[in-house]
Amino acid sequence: MTELINRILTGMSTTMPLTRLLITILIMVVSTAIVLAVSLLYEGFATYAERKVAGDIQARIGPNRVGPYGLLQFVADGVKLLLKEDIIPFYADRWLFIIAPYIVFTVSFAAFVPLSYSDHVSIANLNVGVLYMIAISSVVSMAILMGAWGSNNKWSLFGGMRAVAQIVSYEIPIVLSLLAAIIIPASLNLRDIIAYQSGGLGIFRWLVFNNPFTLIAFFVYFIAAIAEVNRTPFDIPEAESEIVAGYHTEYTGMRFAFFFMAEYGDMFVVSAIAATLFLGGWQIPFIGGIPMPVWLREVLQIGVFFTKVFLLIYVMMWIRWTLPRLRVDQLMELCWKYLTPIALFNLIGASVWVLLLHDKGVYDIIARVFTR
Amino acid sequence: MTKADEKFMQVNMGPQHPSTHGVLRLLVTTDGEVLSGVKPYIGYLHRALEKIAERVTYPQFTPFTDRLDYLASMNCNLAYAMTVEKLLNIEVPRRAQILRVIMAELNRISSHLIAFGSFSSDMGAFTPFLFGIREREFINDLFEIACGARLTYNYIRIGGVSKDIPGGFIEKTREFLDYFPAKIKEYNELLSYNAIFIKRLANIAVISPDDAFDYGITGPNLRASGIKWDLRREEPYLIYNELDFDVPVGKGEMGKTGDAWDRYMMRIYEMEQSAKIVRQCLDLLAPGDYTAKVSKVLKPPAGEVYVRAENPRGELGFYLISDGSTKPYRLKIRAPSFANLSIIPKLARGVMIADLIAIIGSMDIILPEIDR
Amino acid sequence: MEPKKIYGILSEKFGGKIKQFIESTLPPSVLVETGAIADVCRFLKEGDGLDFTSLMCLSGVDLKEQGKMAVVYHLHSMKQKHKITIKVELDRNNPHVQTVEQVWPGANWYEREAYDLLGIVFDGHSDLRRILLPEDWEGHPLRKDYVYPKRYHTWDV
Repeated sequence: MTELINRILTGMSTTMPLTRLLITILIMVVSTAIVLAVSLLYEGFATYAERKVAGDIQARIGPNRVGPYGLLQFVADGVKLLLKEDIIPFYADRWLFIIAPYIVFTVSFAAFVPLSYSDHVSIANLNVGVLYMIAISSVVSMAILMGAWGSNNKWSLFGGMRAVAQIVSYEIPIVLSLLAAIIIPASLNLRDIIAYQSGGLGIFRWLVFNNPFTLIAFFVYFIAAIAEVNRTPFDIPEAESEIVAGYHTEYTGMRFAFFFMAEYGDMFVVSAIAATLFLGGWQIPFIGGIPMPVWLREVLQIGVFFTKVFLLIYVMMWIRWTLPRLRVDQLMELCWKYLTPIALFNLIGASVWVLLLHDKGVYDIIARVFTR
Repeated sequence: MTKADEKFMQVNMGPQHPSTHGVLRLLVTTDGEVLSGVKPYIGYLHRALEKIAERVTYPQFTPFTDRLDYLASMNCNLAYAMTVEKLLNIEVPRRAQILRVIMAELNRISSHLIAFGSFSSDMGAFTPFLFGIREREFINDLFEIACGARLTYNYIRIGGVSKDIPGGFIEKTREFLDYFPAKIKEYNELLSYNAIFIKRLANIAVISPDDAFDYGITGPNLRASGIKWDLRREEPYLIYNELDFDVPVGKGEMGKTGDAWDRYMMRIYEMEQSAKIVRQCLDLLAPGDYTAKVSKVLKPPAGEVYVRAENPRGELGFYLISDGSTKPYRLKIRAPSFANLSIIPKLARGVMIADLIAIIGSMDIILPEIDR
Repeated sequence: MEPKKIYGILSEKFGGKIKQFIESTLPPSVLVETGAIADVCRFLKEGDGLDFTSLMCLSGVDLKEQGKMAVVYHLHSMKQKHKITIKVELDRNNPHVQTVEQVWPGANWYEREAYDLLGIVFDGHSDLRRILLPEDWEGHPLRKDYVYPKRYHTWDV
C-alpha cells in the first residue's frame, strides 16, 4: 500500500503537504474499509460454510431458509445479534468487559494486513511480516483474559485461564515450525517468501516439499494452529459441555459476535500463514509459466491463494465435526511432550539441511540430476 | 472461611449447565482444574409422583410412569404394569408378552442411542449425537405406528398393551433391524475406538465391583464393572427365558475394568443384543390376544409387592402397597439413576472438571427419574 | 437361599429381636425390632452364606391407622442370588431408626429421601438433609395427614 500511495502522490502535481496528508489518510481509510468489508464478508460466509459443512457431515441439511440455499443466513444472524440486548453483568469489570471484544476483533483483523494476496495486492508489504503475524496473534490471549476476568464469572475465568495457557504454549511449536520454513528463503517478508516458491510447475518448489523437515514442520504447524485458534479437538477454552461457553459466557449480542467473528478471522489468518509459508501462497500451479495479461494473472493469483486458504479452513471444519475434545492436561502434554520437541529437532534438522545443501530443496536436487 | 478453604474455589455446575443432563446441580469445589469435592443437589424436577400415586387409581398412574425415564417410557410402563399384575395375579397373554418385549427392547435401543449421543457431545464430538438421533427417529416412527406417540407412549398397560400393532409394523421393524448393525459399526469407527476418546475415558472413574454393590449400582454401569448381572437373565420375566442373547460385561479393554470407557461400551454392546432380541421376538409373534381381560375398576387385594425390571439405566423397582382400595396406599419408585448418581461424590475426587463431565455422561443418568 | 431359611438364621442369631416372618409379601419379609436394625443389616451383609451385597430399595411408609411408621429394606444378594425384605416399625410421632449407611453407603440418599418425604430420622446418618424438597420446606408430604401449604415464599402453590 505504501507503494500505491507513493505512486499516486508522485503522479500528482500538488506539493501541498496538507493535501498529501489528506490523500494519504483517505487512501488508508479506503483500503481499510475494503479489507474490513472483505473480511466481514468472509466471516459471514465462513459461518455459513461451517454450518453447511457441519450439516453435510452430520447427515442433515444445514441452513436453507434465508435466501437461496440459505446463503443469507449470516445476514439474518448478524441482524439478530445486533438487535439483542447488550447485557453487562452488574458485578463485571465494565471497562475490561467492554474493551475485550474490540481488542480481540481488531487484533484478528490486523493480522490480515501483511498478507500477500497476489503479486501486487497486499495492504502493507512488511519486511517483518511473519514476526508481525506472530506478535499480533499473541495479543488475542491477553484480550481473551481481559474479557474472561472482566466478566466476573467463574466459568469465564476457567475459559480465560485455559485459553491463555493454551495459546501461550502453542506459540512455541508454531514459531519453531515456522522457523524451519523461513530459514530457506531467509526472509520474513511474506511476499518474498512466496516469490521464492516460484517454479517447479508452481507446486514442487513449495516449501512444504522443500525437504523432509519442512513437511514435518507443516503438520506440526497446522496442528498447533488449530490449537491456537481454539477449535476442536483443542477447543477447551470454550468447551461448551464443560465450562458452559468459556471466556464468552457472559457476552451477548454484538460483543459476542465480535468474539465469534474473531475466531473465524483467526482461522483465516493461520490458514493464510500455512498457505503462504508452506503451500506456495499465490503461485499459480501448472499454468503459471504461460504469458498472460497482468490483470488476469493477479485475479488467478488471488483465486489460487483463497482456494488454498479455504481448503485448509475446510480441513479445520472437518476435524472439528469429527473429533472429540482433549482434556486440558492432555492438551498441554501434546504441546510440551510431543509438538515442541518435534518442532525443535525439526528446526535443527532443517538448519543442517540448509547448511549442507546450500538451500537446495528436494525438487532442485532431483531436477539437477535430470538436467545433467 | 479458613485459610485452607481459600485455596479452593466453589463453582455451581448447574442446575442450568449444558452437560448435567437436565437440572442437576453440582456444587463443585476446585483447585484450578482439579476437583477436591462434588456435592450433588437434586430435586429440581420433583413432581411428587409418589404422592400423586396415592391419589389416582392404578390404571391412571400408568401415564405418570412415562414421565419417570422419558427416554425409556416403554420400560417404565412395563415395570409398573408388571407390579400391578403381580398384585392382581393377572396372566398376560403370550402375544402381549412378546409385544412388550419388542417395545421394551426397541426403547432400550433408542435410550442407549441417546446415551451414546449425549455422551459424545459431552466429550466435545457433536456429530455422533446427530447420528444417534437419526436412528432414534426410526424407532420413534415405529412407536408412532404402534401407539401414536413418540415420546410418552403409555402403551404397555396393566394386563397387556393398549392396542394391537397395525399392519406394516413388523416389516418396518425388520427394515430397521437390517439397517441398524451397519450404523453400530459406524459409531464404533467414528467414536468408540477414536484415540482421543479412549484417552479421555480409559481408567477414568473406575467403579470396583464392591463399590458398585455398596451403592446399589445396576444396569450397564454394574455390568461394566465386570459383574454379569442382568435381570432379564437372572430373574426372567415375560418371555426372556426363551430368548437367546448375551449379557455383555466390561472387560477393561482399554484400561481397568469398570472405567468410563467400559461403561460407554456396554451400551453399544447392549444395542446389538437388543436388536437380536427384537428379531427373535418378531419370529415368535403369533396371533392372539393383545391384552388380558381386565376389569375397568381395579381393586387389588391388600398386600405388598416389590417388582423390578431391567431398564436401560438399571433396575427400576416399584414397591407397591395396596390396602384393598382402588388407589395404591403407597408406591415407592426405586429409580436406577438415583442410585447411580449417589456414587458420583465418591468418584469425582481428585479428577479434573472435564473428567467430571465424563463421569456424569458415562453413568447416563436421567433427572426426571431421580427427582420423580 | 429361601427367605424362610434366612429368617431361621436370623432368629437363631438375634433371638427375640427378630419379631415376625411375613410370607404374603413379595419378596417375603422379616419384621425386626427397631433398635437392632443396623446389627441385623451388617450381619445380613457379612454373614456366611447371606452376602446381601446390595440394598435395592429403602422406603419409608406411613401406617397411619396403626399409628406407626415403617422403614422397608429390600435386600438382594448378587452373589447368592436371593432376596428378602426387612421391615422395622417406628413410633409415628417420633420416628427414629438407626442408619444403615455404614453397611451400604448407597443407603445415604435413600435415608435422606425418607427423612425428606416422611420425616423419619436416621440416627447416626452423616448428612441428614432434605434431598428432593427445598431445605426450608415445611412438613413431610408423604405423611398421610400432610396438609398442603397454600404458599411457598412468594408463590401460590
